Amino acid sequence: MITRIFGVALGAGCAAGIALAVLQALITTPLILQAETYEVAGLSAPVLHQAAGMKAVGASAELAPYAGGLTDDGRVWLAHSPGEHDEAAGELGFLDSMIGAWAPEDGLERTLYTSLSSILTGFGFGLMLLAAMLLGARRIDAATGLQWGLGAFAAVALAPALGLPPELPGSAAAELVARQTWWVGTAVATGLGLWLVVGRGEPLLKIAGVLLIIAPHLIGAPHPHEYASRVPAELQGHFVAASMVSAAVFWAILGSALGWLWQRGETT
Amino acid sequence: MSASVSSAASASQASVSRAALLPIVLLSAFVGAFVVFGVGFAHSNVLHNAAHDSRHALGFPCH
Repeated sequence: MITRIFGVALGAGCAAGIALAVLQALITTPLILQAETYEVAGLSAPVLHQAAGMKAVGASAELAPYAGGLTDDGRVWLAHSPGEHDEAAGELGFLDSMIGAWAPEDGLERTLYTSLSSILTGFGFGLMLLAAMLLGARRIDAATGLQWGLGAFAAVALAPALGLPPELPGSAAAELVARQTWWVGTAVATGLGLWLVVGRGEPLLKIAGVLLIIAPHLIGAPHPHEYASRVPAELQGHFVAASMVSAAVFWAILGSALGWLWQRGETT
Repeated sequence: MSASVSSAASASQASVSRAALLPIVLLSAFVGAFVVFGVGFAHSNVLHNAAHDSRHALGFPCH
């Protein structure tokens, strides 16, 4: 059974991940690269980092929030939250101590890592969505899989995007851990709420589901105190639409492929 | 009558197999969550840089 679950998730994850990788190459990555030119332009003053500790030593106070680091071969990679750096400097992970400050080269290498991470995301989300379907779905096939996939799109992409729209590099943002916590909480609450509203008959549970969906937005997402992005608003707006479309296609393919592959296994 | 009996039987069978499935299904979901955490949330610089464009494209809080 467990090999079947992992096999189906891997197959569907590959299909959705490859589709997402193609969409990224065509739609979102060009916008990210364009945004990075504005970001790097903002970094024109010399910013020096210790490669291992990632502590900015030469950055002016104004530039510090936009500081990233230097890779071992001297290229700049960019991160934007000073909070992240303080933490990263304190707890450099095992991978970082093994590999050092590494980032993929622009071009083929970067595309390859982006594609690989898309496929892994498809596999991981595929496992979680299939588990939810196995526990909650009355029947699993391509059609119901598509419905569950669209529900997951609403929970994991649409609802978090209301509070934290997909961002281009260079956008000002609140502290990373706070945003990640809100993001995960919103996705879980919306998913659970949708399941209560759609999957359960009892009126009280349906009302509880609606409240669960609304609650994260009443609490509110963490936001920066001021907006200081160097990236043009038009570019940012275009990126949000591109990101939502990519995510919708990703989840539609992931859900229907999961359902289709699972049902194929039932009949044989 | 016989139809309702057999449907009740299959329903109880389904709930039994669903209960037996629970640990496996939860394990799968946990592994999936671990993979998604590694791609989308881990603070490791190496993982961040490798998955950077995917994090932005899927709207994960990235920086």
